[in-house]
Amino acid sequence: MTHTTIGQDSRQGQPDEALLEHGYNFAFLDEQTKRMVRRATLKAIAIPGYQVPFASREMPMPYGWGTGGIQLTASIIGQQDILKVTDQGADDTTNAVSIRSFFQRTTGVSTTENTQEATLIQTRHRIPEETLSKDHILVYQVPIPEPLRWMEPRETETRKMHAHEEYGVMHVKLYEDIAHHGHIATSFDYPVQIADRYIMSPSPIPKFDNPKMDNCPALQVFGAGREQRIYAIPPYTKVHSLDFEDHPFTVQSWEEVCSLCGSDESYLDEIILDNEGNRMFVCSDSDYCRKRLEAGHTGAMSEQQSDTPEVNSVEVANA
Amino acid sequence: MYVAVKGGEKAIANAHQYLASERRGNTDFPELSVAQIREQMRLAVDRVMTEGSLYDPDLAALALKQSRGDSIEAIFLLRAYRTTLPRFCNSIPLNTSKIAVTRRISAAFKDMPGGQMLGPTFDYTHRLLDFSLADTTETKTYPAPSAEDLQRAPDEELPRILDFLQNDGLVEGAGEPNASSVGDITREPLELPASRDIRLQKLTRADEGFILAMGYSTQRGFKNSGGHPFAGEIRTGDVAVEIIPEELGFPICIGNITVTESEIVSIYDGSEDTPPQFSRGYGITFGSGERKAISIALVDRALRCKELKEDIIAPAQDEEFVLMHSDNIEATGFVEHLKLPHHVDFQSELDILRRLRSNWEQSKARREAMEQSASTPDEVANNAPKGFA
Repeated sequence: MTHTTIGQDSRQGQPDEALLEHGYNFAFLDEQTKRMVRRATLKAIAIPGYQVPFASREMPMPYGWGTGGIQLTASIIGQQDILKVTDQGADDTTNAVSIRSFFQRTTGVSTTENTQEATLIQTRHRIPEETLSKDHILVYQVPIPEPLRWMEPRETETRKMHAHEEYGVMHVKLYEDIAHHGHIATSFDYPVQIADRYIMSPSPIPKFDNPKMDNCPALQVFGAGREQRIYAIPPYTKVHSLDFEDHPFTVQSWEEVCSLCGSDESYLDEIILDNEGNRMFVCSDSDYCRKRLEAGHTGAMSEQQSDTPEVNSVEVANA
Repeated sequence: MYVAVKGGEKAIANAHQYLASERRGNTDFPELSVAQIREQMRLAVDRVMTEGSLYDPDLAALALKQSRGDSIEAIFLLRAYRTTLPRFCNSIPLNTSKIAVTRRISAAFKDMPGGQMLGPTFDYTHRLLDFSLADTTETKTYPAPSAEDLQRAPDEELPRILDFLQNDGLVEGAGEPNASSVGDITREPLELPASRDIRLQKLTRADEGFILAMGYSTQRGFKNSGGHPFAGEIRTGDVAVEIIPEELGFPICIGNITVTESEIVSIYDGSEDTPPQFSRGYGITFGSGERKAISIALVDRALRCKELKEDIIAPAQDEEFVLMHSDNIEATGFVEHLKLPHHVDFQSELDILRRLRSNWEQSKARREAMEQSASTPDEVANNAPKGFA
């Protein structure tokens, strides 16, 4: 089966001629597989936070590269969608580039780096800084979907624990953290409870991003390809990061601000600049940082490269 | 260069180009053809087909060429291709009794009806490097066995050696094959506990090295019971694949495939319901995957522990451990994904580590201050840390 590129206005990254591979279906997966994935996704949305087993397929990227998220995206993407792919918050990390190019080649849909413009956002390890709306679907790539895995390695056991809402071990683990360290020593993949029922892994996003999941207007779906699980948070669902009354949940904060755009409210990457160990902090969300630069915000290091206000140039300097 | 994690589009394109040139190697030497790999690297092709779950020697050979000879990468290529193929129908169960054998042996009997047939085996070769193979300038001929030598009689059933024992009740039955209810791990998620059909599919697709090691561990005592395992029968040969098209209603042959089948027996002490007898383990692979077929049979037998009411004390008996970690495409993906950028998580860990270190410094300073001011034992007791806050 072959497809032709649909007529879209030429956005950045849009293939200008039919790049769709001959012999492959729209978005790679065959329609039966997409239907199977969609059914699992619907079940996941109906039972927020519950891990639905699905018959994960081999994809042309390795397990661990986001095959769960890729299968979700492939199953729900339509020709009218505008796709954004990020990894570690950035649109130009190697894996994001590779996944975006995969969907360009197999669907021909428009892609964008602009969070607001996108209808479908596939992400690894971050939630965009900009507030998501009901017009967004956020697809997460998940390595280990089971939040209880580090306490109980057996799937047969953890499924029972979820069924009985037997979450004592998780609370004991968090308590032991406080007993040993004075605070909960989990900084990413911080467990959440969905709609007062299932404890769920938010995927390895920094806990900084956890509050964005709560009561979010966008549909959030999670795919774990190797572990064959799909789960979801429907729009406007309560997402509670686990804590104790006397040790409330807190997020990371920095003494520094972004060296490029000066933001003091975004998640910052630390970049080592030279052999002396000098470092700078920049927004992990490259689209957010770019927009702030375009809006005229500046940071400590933005002036010296004001002619090219690109996050990339800093990384090149780092080379 | 790895620092080009951002702005990586060009880096990826360059890496692919570099890879293609490394794959080709020095162009002073002729390029390998897919047919050469298929004909002369056949055991590698067989492994790729078995673990790729796709019987297609040409595509497997192509995958090996593309992967520069890395089996797991080739298996991955074949699986990613297979996943896009439509499913027309299920074949009827292979009748491996009607096999055109190229090899058939039993270690349990000196001779048997149908005879022992060594076939093209490495078993009794001396592992001495044959330097004459390095010289490809002179054309050598290696005569293949004639049809009479192979004594192939197409429609004749080759008796199974274990069936003779089964007639005496000394070996358990092989179970009733029911084609309509066979599971499919490529179409359904694996759920535990898994039934034996699912388990055997998983073991056939599993990494050869992993299954070999698991089987080996049962031989070294990491199992519950059962005597020494015996290779009841190992056979390699061509079998017909038959389907029943709906509009015809009778089976037609759509082609032959080469398979290797292994049946292992070991003494089972019996239970309240079952008398002592030989219990079976079964393994099958595409092509000449004899090492793996035997290993699968050992692991299959070990994993039957629940059904046979044996205690579970060893890794090879642990269904979840074996089945969840046996697939090399899953394993290699997750192990190798560690090289993907993780700097957001790493940043979070740095933050935690700095806090832990600062807490540690503070409590160390407190402790040292306390020790210095502890002039009398009474004071030490009063200043001891209270609780864990």
